[in-house]
Formats: sequence, structure tokens, C-alpha cells
Amino acid sequence: MPYPTIRIPFGPQHPALKEPEYFMFEVEGEYVVDVKPRIGYAHRGIEKAAENRTFIQDLYLIEHACGICSDAHTTCFTQVIEEILGVDIPARAKFIRTIIAELERIHSHSLWVGLAAHEIGFDTLFMYVWRDREIVMDLLELVSGNRVHYAINTLGGVRRDIAPEKSEKIKKGLDVLQERMKYYKEIGETEQTVLKRTAKIGILRPEDALALCAVGPTLRASGIKHDVRADDPYIAYDEIPFEVVTYDECDVLSRLLVRCDEMRESINIIRYALDHLPGGEISVKVPRRVPEGEAVGRVEAPRGELIHYARTNGTTKPERYMLRCPTLGNIPSVCKMLVGGYIADIPIVLAGIDPCFACMDRMAFVDVNKDKRWIWSGEELRKYGINWYQKE
Amino acid sequence: MAMVKELLRHIFRKPVTLKYPFEKSKPAEGMRGRPIWDMERCVGCELCFRDCPSGAIEMIGRGSEAEFKHHLDRCIFCGRCEEVCPTNAIKMTEDYELASYDRAEMIIDFKRTRNESI
Repeated sequence: MPYPTIRIPFGPQHPALKEPEYFMFEVEGEYVVDVKPRIGYAHRGIEKAAENRTFIQDLYLIEHACGICSDAHTTCFTQVIEEILGVDIPARAKFIRTIIAELERIHSHSLWVGLAAHEIGFDTLFMYVWRDREIVMDLLELVSGNRVHYAINTLGGVRRDIAPEKSEKIKKGLDVLQERMKYYKEIGETEQTVLKRTAKIGILRPEDALALCAVGPTLRASGIKHDVRADDPYIAYDEIPFEVVTYDECDVLSRLLVRCDEMRESINIIRYALDHLPGGEISVKVPRRVPEGEAVGRVEAPRGELIHYARTNGTTKPERYMLRCPTLGNIPSVCKMLVGGYIADIPIVLAGIDPCFACMDRMAFVDVNKDKRWIWSGEELRKYGINWYQKE
Repeated sequence: MAMVKELLRHIFRKPVTLKYPFEKSKPAEGMRGRPIWDMERCVGCELCFRDCPSGAIEMIGRGSEAEFKHHLDRCIFCGRCEEVCPTNAIKMTEDYELASYDRAEMIIDFKRTRNESI
């Protein structure tokens, strides 16, 4: 006789999640048979706040959308606004933006390797990876002036130059990092603790990954070669040779290996960019008023494809600003990965997409006339849509 | 067991963490810490006040009479005020130990020294 399914609520507060988010799991024995996510617990109203501030202020507001991929957000913001303005930034600024973007990718991926090790109970690896992550954090502080919110991008270029002596320091730091990251990849491939918890766990087939619009390392770990840096090059990526890393195993282990290899590629990109850093200005002056127009920007953030949209009306403030963060793109695929797996694998599979709920949560429904506010899950929204059309 | 060699190598090493507050890490050159106003140079153009993304700068009075209140608890240390200042009156210092139990202590006044005899 089959067991009845049991519903297990997970979150919004749960030790396995660093941020508040809610998942309802339906389980049959030890197997997960259905997952219903409910997002919106970390809503901060960033888009509305952006409409009430000038473009210069928005630059720093948008940067605070995420504490880990802060540079990706400003790169995308400047890309969108510069497109509306019709400004072409100097080549040196493009290279400096690329260097910071790649340093950030190393810091984000090594953070993830540490967190994944922590989720599987391998705290030794977690401590060691995070110790070596300090090298890249110090390099970011050296170049930009802050460890987390670099604030190096500005409209029309970058705010700080990379002097030759700083460039030498970065290269020295990268040499150490390269050795360490190679070692951690070896650990991932050989250590039984890692293999037992990650190999053949959280499978996402390539066809599912495409159908569910997975992005970033999650997509590339399913063997699909898609990277905005290569497919739609922005800043200086069209001038720098690099390889798009893919793995075919479709499990958490391949997500780990994709990130390890991407760190290696990032180190190569930074070395190339430092050696080929063009001379000249680092920024051009841009007007405070942005003409009427709209634009969409795409950036490969450490977690995947990040999309920004802006509509301007000729004033100093945007009329509408929208962010689509990579975590939102990966939520349907993480639900697919969890189905059919064990309850015990939930934390590592969830951590496998490198979720960042605070950047994702900007969706809430507000009825202005009744001054009422509520949050819907995808299922409720779908039902509402069907009922609404039936009434018509 | 792949990490055993690495662990053995570290047994006799010192911990990598610093014993804060007895040992402090030296901030990198150009780190953005607490901003300070040089009121001798300030011309009261309002640019820092208008551009501040977090509303941390409060301006009292106008023009060359203007005085400032800097709200450390709101400041995000982006350095926009330093960048936009036309007379270089604002400098980001390397002061990063800014925590306090009292929010009133986190409002820093920048007043002009008035010469009463004139």
C-alpha cells in the first residue's frame, strides 16, 4: 500500500537558509514528490525607490540590491543608462570594469564553494576556502576602496584608476589564488565526503534546464554552453579570449566543478586585461538629465544572467526601473531538481543554485484603491489568471 | 581524507584571524571610511547634500553660511560627496571604527568658526 504524502513546510526561517524564503515540500516517505516555492519574504521595494531618486543616487541604490554581486548590478545599470544617453565609454574604463567584474566572480564563486561545503557538513573545507577568499577581498578593497560595495562604476566610466603598482599586487594575489583554487578543485574531485553528497544529486537534464530557463553556472553544469559574456559581449569581453566552461553530469558536483573552472578562467581574464590595459581617460562627463527612451541590459553576474530595464522621460529620475535577478530565473529549475530526491538533500540542492533571495524579492501585489497588499505564489497567480479570463 | 596533508601542515601555524580589538588590520590605501568636511574650503554649493544617495548629509543654512550634520548611521560610504565636491572640502578618511550604542553620538557636526570681532 502506498504511503500518503506528507507536507513539510520549509522556511521562511530555517537553519539551512541564510535568507527568509518559504518552500512547501510534499514528501512520500523520504522522497520529495512536489515543491511549491513562495517568494517575497525579503521584499525591499528597490524598484520603487529607484524611481524616486536621481540617476546618480540610483547608481548606489542599485549597487545595494545585492551584497555579493554588487558590481554586476552597477555594470548593468550603467550599461542601460549609457545606452539611452548614447555615450561610449573609454576603452580603459571598459577594461577596469571587466577586471572588477571578474574579481567579483572569483569572490562570489569561492564564497559559494565554502557555503556548499558547509551545507554538506564539511566545515574544514569551508574555513579554508573562506580564508583564501580574503585574498580576493583584499584585492577588491585595494582597487576600489571597499570590500563589498565597490562603487567603482559611474555613468560614463569608472571612478578609480588601476596604477601599475596596484596591478603588480593584483597579479601576485592571483598567483596565490590560482594555486589554492586548483587545490580545492582537486579536493572536490577526490574527497569522498564531497563526492558522496554531491555526485548524482539534484539532477537537472539539459532539456529541463532549457525549458525552465535556468541561468548561469546551473545551466552550464547541465552541459549547455550559454554565457552572456560570450554570446552578447558587453564591456571588454569581446577583446579578451576566454573559455565557456560546461560540464555534462547535470548534478551538484558538476555545478561545483563549473564554478572552480570559472574561477580559473576569471584569473586568466584578469591577467590578460591587466597586461593589455589600454591608456587614456577613465571616464567621460555625462549630463544629469537622461533623454526619453528605454533600454534593456544583460550582464553575466556570478550567479547567471542578470537583466535590467529602464524607461526614462527626459528628467533626472527614471520613470520605471526593473531588475530580473538570476536567482528568480533559477527557482523553477531548483524545484525540478528537488523532486525525486531525498529530504536530506534539500539544503545542498537549494544551495546548489547559489540562491540570493534578497536580490530576487521585489514582487508583491498592491491594490491601490482598497489599500490592501498581498503576495501570491505562482499557483495562485495561475488560478487568478484562469478565473479572470473565464469571467470575461 | 584528501585534506589531511593540508591540515597537518597547519597544525603548528598561528591562526590567520586577528585578535581584534587588540590587533587591527591596516586598511588598504584609499579605503573609504568616515568623510570629513573642511569648513574653511566649503563654499556651500549643496552638491554633496543633493547627491547623497542615502540622505546622510543634513545642511543647515545656505551658501557660505552653511553648516553640516553628517549622519554616520545613514552613510553608506560610497564617496560620492568627496567626488562631487568642487573645492575638495570633503575627504574620506581611513577611520572605520564607527559603531556606537547611541544614535545621537553618530551625528557629527561640522560648524564654521566665526570671527566675532569683525
